[in-house]
Amino acid sequence: MSNALLEVHNLSVDFHTARGTVHAVRHVSWSVNRGETLAILGESGSGKSVSANAVMNILDRPPAQIVSGEIFYDGQDLLKVSYETHRALNGKKIAMIFQDPLSHLNPVYTVGWQIVEMMTAHGRPADAARARALELIARVGIPDPEAALHKYPHQFSGGQRQRLMIAMALMLKPDILIADEPTTALDVTIQAEVLALLKELQAETGMGLVLITHDLGVVAEIADRVVVMSKGEIVEAGTPRGVYHNAQHPYTRQLIGAAPGKGEIRVLDSAEPVLLETRKLCKTYGKFTALHDVSLTLHRGQSLAVVGESGSGKSTLARAILRLEKADSGEALWKGRDLIAMKPGELLGVRREIQMVFQDPTQSLNPRMSVYQLISEGWDIHRLMPDRAARQAKVAALLEQVGLAPEHAQRYPHQFSGGQRQRIAIARALALEPELIICDEAVSALDVSIQAQVIALLDDLRKRLGISFLFIAHDLGVVRDFADTVIVMKSGEIVERGPTGDIFAAPQHPYTQRLLAANLDPDPDIQAQRRSAGMGP
Amino acid sequence: MTDLSLAKPPRSEKSAAATLLSMLWRDKLAFVSAIVLLLIILCAMLGPSLLGELASHQNLRGRNSPPFDLAKGWAFVLGGDSLGRPMLARLIVAARSTMLVAAGAVAFALFVGATLGLVAGYLGKNTSQVIMRLADVIMSFPSLLLAVVVLYVLGPSIPNMILVLAITRIPIYLRTTRAEVLEVRERMFVQAAIVMGASHWRIIARHVLPVVTPTLVTIATLDFAFVMLAESSLSFLGIGIQPPDITWGLMVSQGRPYLSNAWWLALWPGVCIVITTLALNLLSNWMRIALDPAQRWRLEARSTSDE
Repeated sequence: MSNALLEVHNLSVDFHTARGTVHAVRHVSWSVNRGETLAILGESGSGKSVSANAVMNILDRPPAQIVSGEIFYDGQDLLKVSYETHRALNGKKIAMIFQDPLSHLNPVYTVGWQIVEMMTAHGRPADAARARALELIARVGIPDPEAALHKYPHQFSGGQRQRLMIAMALMLKPDILIADEPTTALDVTIQAEVLALLKELQAETGMGLVLITHDLGVVAEIADRVVVMSKGEIVEAGTPRGVYHNAQHPYTRQLIGAAPGKGEIRVLDSAEPVLLETRKLCKTYGKFTALHDVSLTLHRGQSLAVVGESGSGKSTLARAILRLEKADSGEALWKGRDLIAMKPGELLGVRREIQMVFQDPTQSLNPRMSVYQLISEGWDIHRLMPDRAARQAKVAALLEQVGLAPEHAQRYPHQFSGGQRQRIAIARALALEPELIICDEAVSALDVSIQAQVIALLDDLRKRLGISFLFIAHDLGVVRDFADTVIVMKSGEIVERGPTGDIFAAPQHPYTQRLLAANLDPDPDIQAQRRSAGMGP
Repeated sequence: MTDLSLAKPPRSEKSAAATLLSMLWRDKLAFVSAIVLLLIILCAMLGPSLLGELASHQNLRGRNSPPFDLAKGWAFVLGGDSLGRPMLARLIVAARSTMLVAAGAVAFALFVGATLGLVAGYLGKNTSQVIMRLADVIMSFPSLLLAVVVLYVLGPSIPNMILVLAITRIPIYLRTTRAEVLEVRERMFVQAAIVMGASHWRIIARHVLPVVTPTLVTIATLDFAFVMLAESSLSFLGIGIQPPDITWGLMVSQGRPYLSNAWWLALWPGVCIVITTLALNLLSNWMRIALDPAQRWRLEARSTSDE
């Protein structure tokens, strides 16, 4: 046995479900020492969180069952200690933070109460706990700590909530901090800040950090060692640099290959006529300005990306163009006709020509409709293709076009994985043979390798069918691979626009520069270079 | 887990009715419930014409005769009532009026409440306000008082009973429907339908209503028992069903004074109400699962392992 601080040894966990036993993790071993950062990298369903949950004893048993293995902390096997002993260790010696801080903070208590409870629950006096809470809230960079203690979780932004969670986790100076996708829900600039904070705190306290993530960029930025998980097994382990440059397992190679941002940058052929043009679109919600004088042009066959962080108004732009939201003023000209002022009858015809693919296919597909019904609904609406046999043939053809099988037509959305669902959503959009597809974060919810497949599919459709795309995204790597023109939005305004190559090579606006700098590269060497450059004058 | 379901061989080509029946067979409780309900419906349809005579024939010697005594003939197996009429025959005959009033009132309330709720939830604020305040008026007005006034003016009859009972139950469906519609219409798939150009009618019928229906059906089955008992209290006041016409609810209230010496007078009709409600509830529970594509495998899972 090595003398690591926390060691998971040969752990296997099964889940007993109604459809049989699922081997969530099999023979997984990893360890982490004081002052060290271990990243557990994997896609959804790879079992990357299961071993950490076993460490914290928060697996639901049943359905989970620990089949074999030991978890050693400080020489004792955590799987053998009593519940009470384990509870005393949780939070005090081993702390955990989660992906979505909003759902892990209780909305009816003040933040201060919840942070203090962390210490009082472990038998510390309340006044000492309060002092420590104040100190930590200031340390994690929340402005006005005294006032912050009396606020409720909803009064903070997503990044601040994650900082509060970190503060809460560090209250009792734990030896180990387990962070499960701590920055996935955050914007890139905030993500960079939170990662930097974690690193600083680690240097100060000397704790061991276990970071569970799907993002190669995060691994490159922060990890000392990495284990790559696939289908419940560790397929590769080593330093980030070693794994990135010398991946042995095919899965790791595929994962690295799928990381966006490496393809050739596309150049726009501007000879095509203008398809969509917005002029000075404005939209406010009360005092909040969602859109301010947004003007853009989209040519036939072009793929125009709109980039920005949450709250920048990029989704409102799409919703205003599609009349899901009524713009306050301005025009959106579709082939010269104003969409905003269009009458319902006229709009129906245009609805066929512009389709949308939403962020989350789980929510954008009606769960009670079969794939056939979903895809053919557009024909019902627009009274197209009355012949049933022709419809069935076309649905089958569309499914094949997006990489699914014709026999999938009788199934329901829940029987598919996230990536397959997004393909169904794309097939639905294609059914009406649109000229423009608006993708609102269409690939953000997908795993990297599936993301790459969907992007390749969209790109193929653009080439073969000449469809134009308005591509809304926050992930700059994806944008770089797919778009020929980029618009950068901040607080409802366009701050920069230009060909993709120019934006990535020489960003003009400070916000664009910040955005690009915060974007993590999957290559640890490039990331290290950036860090040293950033530390310079 | 998604992989597992995809690997499953495609379902054989069976008609929709056959699939439903086989799913009903998988859930034994629901299957029994369906049979019980069928029996009750049969009683309601055939009972009065077959046993009407027997049920109203008084036999003062058999007053409050105890149950499980076959000496007076099979009709008295559940005992006799305070006028010596056989309980079993009366229960069977009473099924018709009971079912008519309860089903009529629930169906009417469900239809009107759901329609108004859909309108209130889907249309703008002003329409919604008018409808909701109307519902508040109905809810705040004592329902018994309303019933007394209406039935006194219109005269006690089964259609009027249905009307009165339905009106008092409408707000329940209305409020539930509206609340669910408000939530469902913000869902992404409704937005996706709007983007495709779907009409309001289509969005309501294809996207909103199927999501709301299971909740409404569950409430409706629970409401069935409530309506049966509400009808009995109206009958107790003399403005409901009039003897010699008979309902289970009326039998319960007529049997109440005799509870200490002839418990069967109130118990049997009470049991009938409980059984009907329970059967409806179990069946609606099955229906909720059978109609939900994401849940349906619970009823199909065993069928694939059997084969």
